[in-house]
Parts: sequence; C-alpha cells; structure tokens
Amino acid sequence: MAAEIPAADTADLEALARRGRLYVMETVAHSGAGHVGGPLSAMDLLVALYFRVLRIRPGEPDWAERDRFILSKGHSSVGLYAVMALRGYFGAEELQTFDAGGSRLQGHPDMLLLPGLDASTGSLGQGLAIGLGIAMGTRRRGLPSHTFVMLGDGEIQEGQVWETVHVAPRYGTGNLTAIVDCNGLQQFGWPLEPGEEHRGNRRDPWSGTNLRGVFEAFGWKVLEIDGHDFGEILAACDEVRAGSAGTIPTVILARTVKGRGLTFTEGRSEWHARVATAAEADAARVELADLPGGDDAR
Amino acid sequence: MTSSQREVWADTLIELADENPDVLVFDADLATSTRADRFAAAHPDRFFQMGIAEQGMVGTAAGISLLGYVPWLSSFGVFFTHRALDQVRMAVAQTHANVKIGAAYTGLQAGLSGKTHVDIQDLAIMRAMPGMTILAPADAAECAAMTRWATGTQGPVYLRLSRESGPDVFGPDYVFEPRRVILLREGTEVLLVSTGQQTARTLAAAELLGEDGISAGVLHVPSIKPVDEAAIAAVAAAVPIVVTVEEHTVIGGLGGLVAEIVTANVPRPVIRIGIEDTWGESAPNAWLLERHGLTPERIAERVRRVWNAE
Repeated sequence: MAAEIPAADTADLEALARRGRLYVMETVAHSGAGHVGGPLSAMDLLVALYFRVLRIRPGEPDWAERDRFILSKGHSSVGLYAVMALRGYFGAEELQTFDAGGSRLQGHPDMLLLPGLDASTGSLGQGLAIGLGIAMGTRRRGLPSHTFVMLGDGEIQEGQVWETVHVAPRYGTGNLTAIVDCNGLQQFGWPLEPGEEHRGNRRDPWSGTNLRGVFEAFGWKVLEIDGHDFGEILAACDEVRAGSAGTIPTVILARTVKGRGLTFTEGRSEWHARVATAAEADAARVELADLPGGDDAR
Repeated sequence: MTSSQREVWADTLIELADENPDVLVFDADLATSTRADRFAAAHPDRFFQMGIAEQGMVGTAAGISLLGYVPWLSSFGVFFTHRALDQVRMAVAQTHANVKIGAAYTGLQAGLSGKTHVDIQDLAIMRAMPGMTILAPADAAECAAMTRWATGTQGPVYLRLSRESGPDVFGPDYVFEPRRVILLREGTEVLLVSTGQQTARTLAAAELLGEDGISAGVLHVPSIKPVDEAAIAAVAAAVPIVVTVEEHTVIGGLGGLVAEIVTANVPRPVIRIGIEDTWGESAPNAWLLERHGLTPERIAERVRRVWNAE
C-alpha cells in the first residue's frame, strides 16, 4: 500500500497547500466564478488527504481498492480541483477551464465528467449518505477501502445529514469518516450581537450547540483537531484508518479559518462566494510567495 | 384478479436475488405496506432498513450501486417524487446511478390515506428528469416482467406500482420491451391511450363504446420514458380523436406526453381524462375512480360526449 502514498514530509505539505491556495485564487480570478473562503479553509485537509492519507492511484482513478473521497460541500470544488491537479489527476493548466463551457471542471463536482471523483455533489447535505453506501458496498465486496466525506459546518444544518448520522452506526461502518470543515462561517448566517465575538464576522453556524456531544450521542467517535495543523490532521487520519475494520464511524471536527492563508480573506464571510479580482490574485501571489518555501508557489 | 403489483414486485425480487447475489433492497420503514417484508424474510442479509429517512436511503443506495450492487428502494411513490426528489435528482438521475425505485401506492388508490400519500403527479415530475426510465405496469405479469427487466438493465428506473389488485391484461408469457407501446384493441373512430392499471378500465370502456357503435381502439403505454414516439404518432394518425386516460393529474403525465407527440406529428384533438388540477383525498377506491371519471362507465360517457360534439 505504501507505494500509493507519496512520502511528502510536513514541509512539503505546507508548500503544496500554499500552491493550492494560489491555484484557487488564480482559478477564481481567471474564470470570474467560484468560491474562495471554503476552498481555502479546507486546503490543508485536502492536501493532507491527497498526499498522505488516501490510498489512490491518480493514473488509475477507478482502481477498485482505492480509498474514496467525497467533497460533500461541493461548492468548494475549486479547492479540490487545485489539489487533484497538484496530485497529478490532470495538468494544472486545465484549471483555467473551470466553469467554462465544455469543461470537466464544473462549478460543482461531476463524477461523470472528471475521473477521480467518487460522487457528484453540490446540493448540500447529500455526500454523507452516498459515502455510507460506498462504505457498506466496499466492505461487502471485501475491499480494504476507507471512505472519507468532507462536509461544511454550515452544510450540516441540512436534515439529510442527520438521517445518515443516525443510520451509519447501525451498519457498523468503521470504514466511514466524516470530516467537518468547521470554518465558522456560512454564506450569510446570523449576525453577531453587539459585543459578541466569534472567529469570523458572523456567528458560528453551530453557536451554542455541542456538536461533539451530538455526534457521540448518535454513536460516532469524535476527534477534534486543528484543521490547519498537518501533524494533527495526519494523526487523526491514522487513528480512523486503524479503526477501519471496526464498527464505529468517526467524525473529525476540524477547526479551520474561512479564507485561511491570505490576510484579506481570513474570517470574512463575504469571501464565501466572492470572486477574486486580478489584483487580488496578484496580492495572493505576493503573500504566498513571502512565506518560507514560497518559491514553490511560482 | 391476481396478486397485487406490490406482491408481484416483492416476489419477483426474491427470485431475482436467488439468481443474482448483487440484488439488494433498501426500505424506509414501509416494508409491510410495500411487501418488501417478504424479501426481508427471504434474504435478510440483503435487506437494509434505513429508517423513516427517504433522503438518506436514496443517497446510500446511489453509493452502494457504485460497487456494482443493484439496490431496489421500497417506499411510497410520494416519498421519492416529492420528499426525496432532490436526492433522486442529484445522486441518482444526474449520475445515471443503477438505482431502482419501487414506488408503491401510486395513483389515486393509496389505501384511504388521502392527499398526503396519494401520488398523482409522479409521472409529470419524473418525466422532467433526464435519463430516468419510467415504467407503469398494467397488471401482475407486466409488473413481474418490468421488475426483471429493470434489474438487469443499467441505469435509474422508476417503477410505478399500484397498491391494489386488478384484472389481468396480459398472459404469463408477456415479455417487456422498453419503449414499446401496445395496441390492445383496434378502433377506427377514437383512440384511447392509457397506462398502468388504468389500462384495464380503459379496455372495458372501449367495450362499452363498441356496444354504442363507437369504434374505440386502446393503446397501452407501459414505458412512459423512453417511449416509441413514432408508434404513438402512427396510431394516432389513423383516428380523428385521441383520448388519454390516466390515474394521474392531466398535467404533464401520459396526457402531456401524448399531446406533445400528437401536436408535433399528426395534429388531432387530444382529450385528457385524469385528475383535474387538484389534490387527492381519503375515500374508497371506487368512490375516487368515480369522482375523477376513471371508471369504464364514466370514461365511455365522456368519450360519447366528445364524439357527439365533433
């Protein structure tokens, strides 16, 4: 199995994530479409998954024994495409076709168009149910595959998510892991009360709710991590992999920052679906290049 | 009278599962109504209870289908075409997933359960979904044949099942062919087009019209989508008036389908008999069929009026 996992060290992952963030800004600026905040908050998780966690073969995307990954928060597609390009599913130049007519890189991921996608997503709340079906199916086939589903913290306000949260433990799918990108902001959300402070400029989607307790009450194992700390991400993924043959599904509540990585996008709800200008893409180039190892972003 | 479609559906799935280990059934806690409980008893390791959670069930079935399994879904039609429609759309139809929807209790006759459970818009809704195959069996033999065909054919299928038993239209050697329309009765003056269990009542109406000296043909459309448009146009071209009859709203279902084809090919008056733009209600089946003009006598009466007005 090790052959499928490149031996990138953490420094490599940080450089890859910087490049991924730059790809996001350049792609959105070029196409005049897409989302920024979510792809940037999820970038470190995506890079860790595609370069260190997922057992995949980019040159053989239908490999039966592969792990599966579903981006249930499909509007963060630009982030996924950026990482898939870095990982070698297609050339980075194809990112320029994002959202253009005839492109394989649709605004929301389309599994019929782009090899390597394990589900089509976009209408929120649906990916976890699909992931449960895949996890049940791979286990029934005797495959070693683990299925990871990334959801947004705003997304899990959708009722369908909780239908699957309820059912998955009944089918003993230890090979199913939900990763919630808890970036604390949704598209509009709720305004902050005077004097109230949250991580972003709007109230957290689950303010006042004990998410860990809710998942645990449904029978899930819960891991809480810093979604920008590669050490914590990889340790959590090692832990869920170790439980893959078991009967308890895991949710990783990954605390992240919306728009992470650029001073002008971090923690700003308006960057949920704002399009970057050419000047902002230039600013991103400067900021990401100024960081240690930033030359990789060129 | 033979077995009801839901019984035939479940029993056929048991046979198919005997032959094919990849045939599975997912249920949203209506198995005793849909008769999927028979499958659960026969193949407990291939029956998955998903709780009263149709949206999750549809998504999970789409997921497991990607591993080569053939999941059949068990619930009432309304809970697919209304409650879980977005999941049917995105997870099943848009990905052309190999998911088979066993839509029970469709049409007017939903066991006295009223407007919340009556599904008289399903054909209109599902017809608008690209890539979806929509089948409506007339009787037990056709239901069994469709269940068998759908299981062996790649892609999403919506099977419109009736709760009640009905008269046999076809013999046990019936073979289902997709797209095919079936001219059950020749007629030169009026063509009655029907689908599902309504076809038996429509045939009886044609008999009554014949007694009155009106020559009425009956065309059965078992495959609402895809359908042999040229065949429908050809049969319609041979008569002056076309009448569609369906246990469904007159908007967008069989009537809509036939009107679209006839107006584009052989302009003829198309009279649509079905549920006018209204909701269902709780009432005995016979009362509902009478109220909406779907008994043989009421169909014949309506056609006579149309014929005499021409």
